[in-house]
Amino acid sequence: MTGSANNNKFLAFFEEAGELVLFTGRFFTEVFKPPFEIKELLRQCYQMGNKSLLLVGVTGFILGLVFTLQSRPTLMQFGAESWMPSMVSISIVREIGPVIIALICAGKIGSGIGAELGSMRVTEQIDAMEVSGTNPFKYLVVTRIVATTLMLPLLVIIGDAIALLGSAIIENLKGEVSFVLYFNQVFDALSFSDLIPATVKTFFFGFAIGLVGCYKGYNCSKGTVGVGEASNEAVVYTSMLLFVIDFIAVFVTDIFYG
Amino acid sequence: MKHSENIAPILEIKDLRKSFGEKHVLNGFNLKLFEGENLVVMGKSGSGKSVMVKCLVGLMQADSGIIRIKEQDIEVLGRTELDLLRTHIGFLFQGSALYDSMTVRENLEFPLRRHKKQLHLQEDTESLVLEALKNVGLEHTLDLMPSELSGGMQRRIALARALILKPEIILYDEPTTGLDPITSKEIIQLMRSIQETYNTSSLIITHDVDCARVISNRMILLVDGINYAEGTFDELSKSQDPKVKAFFKT
Repeated sequence: MTGSANNNKFLAFFEEAGELVLFTGRFFTEVFKPPFEIKELLRQCYQMGNKSLLLVGVTGFILGLVFTLQSRPTLMQFGAESWMPSMVSISIVREIGPVIIALICAGKIGSGIGAELGSMRVTEQIDAMEVSGTNPFKYLVVTRIVATTLMLPLLVIIGDAIALLGSAIIENLKGEVSFVLYFNQVFDALSFSDLIPATVKTFFFGFAIGLVGCYKGYNCSKGTVGVGEASNEAVVYTSMLLFVIDFIAVFVTDIFYG
Repeated sequence: MKHSENIAPILEIKDLRKSFGEKHVLNGFNLKLFEGENLVVMGKSGSGKSVMVKCLVGLMQADSGIIRIKEQDIEVLGRTELDLLRTHIGFLFQGSALYDSMTVRENLEFPLRRHKKQLHLQEDTESLVLEALKNVGLEHTLDLMPSELSGGMQRRIALARALILKPEIILYDEPTTGLDPITSKEIIQLMRSIQETYNTSSLIITHDVDCARVISNRMILLVDGINYAEGTFDELSKSQDPKVKAFFKT
């Protein structure tokens, strides 16, 4: 009985993975085909980018503050507090900033997309779009995936900058390091091999957030319960996928820059 | 309203079959809708009425059978051709299905954005929207959100949206379900006046006997996935067949 249940779960997992691959394939066939829904794309960019800015900003700022506060005593033990700007900037820009901000966006944007498309599905709004002669996949899915892919890198860059500002404030208050000196050390420590791979992977993070949110919402069923599940699963699956993408990105970066 | 066999129907279904696993919902359903006709399909809940109408507009794939709209077989149409054909069909959904993130104006403008030019509609968007709203008597709701409207008003706005591209065929999926008796009557009167004004052909899916009585020129009773009985309302309501009688008991 348990073996059979495990087999079913195993099969269901691969079925779902297969469907997600087909959904991704459909995205790539539709994204380059006219008509292009530019107005809706810009609206989505505004919804996802501008409206996530405050959350990303606050998260980044607290991240910078906490990270510096927590690291300071350890570095002081080794008399290495002068390395703080380098350490914080490399950690935040390369890894912590992109991953934390992507996770925050998975929670805010991914679940929002899952719930919105899910409720549109169960209330037949997607069907209504289809019968009015508009391709709902193009209008709803393609625009949202492109918007998350374009907006996440921008949000991460802004979040990283605010995190470094938070760190600089702590250094200024606790270590009496001026802002100019702090940011000079930050820019000295960072190179293109830190910035480029970290930025490139955020495009994939954004793509994953949009893709999974849209997949779950667009294929939602089972009424209002289904909407809740779509929203919840969008966050859970995206979070797991983000770590997988991050691992692959670090692995590939290590091959090129290691 | 009698139709000669020589007149081509505007919409035709032949031997339509659809199953969900072991459950056979449609078992060879046939239907012909002629120009200017109001055809009512009645059936119990779960009898496959909505499945049939979804197969008609390509929202669901039938297992087998032929669906021909304006002499075009929808199974062989590509995406673009099907989208163009759909502009000749208005669809009123059971739950109205208004886009809840858009205002009434945006809801009505939505079908126009892609197809206004293709359909050679001369009037500007604003006039078309206002005309559609005037038809349903809700001009004042232009900038309201669907959540600010009552159920009856939402249904009327959905009807206005279905009419905006001036379709030749209108499909009504349970147009009066979930509405109070007075609002139901208003909707039925509205459907009649639209048919008289635009000479549309209407396929009405319902289990509301009052609706069928007022609006139908002809009726089909859908039982066990087939056309169990066909005729006018008067003919069917006088039938002695127990399954047919069951529909008219109330």
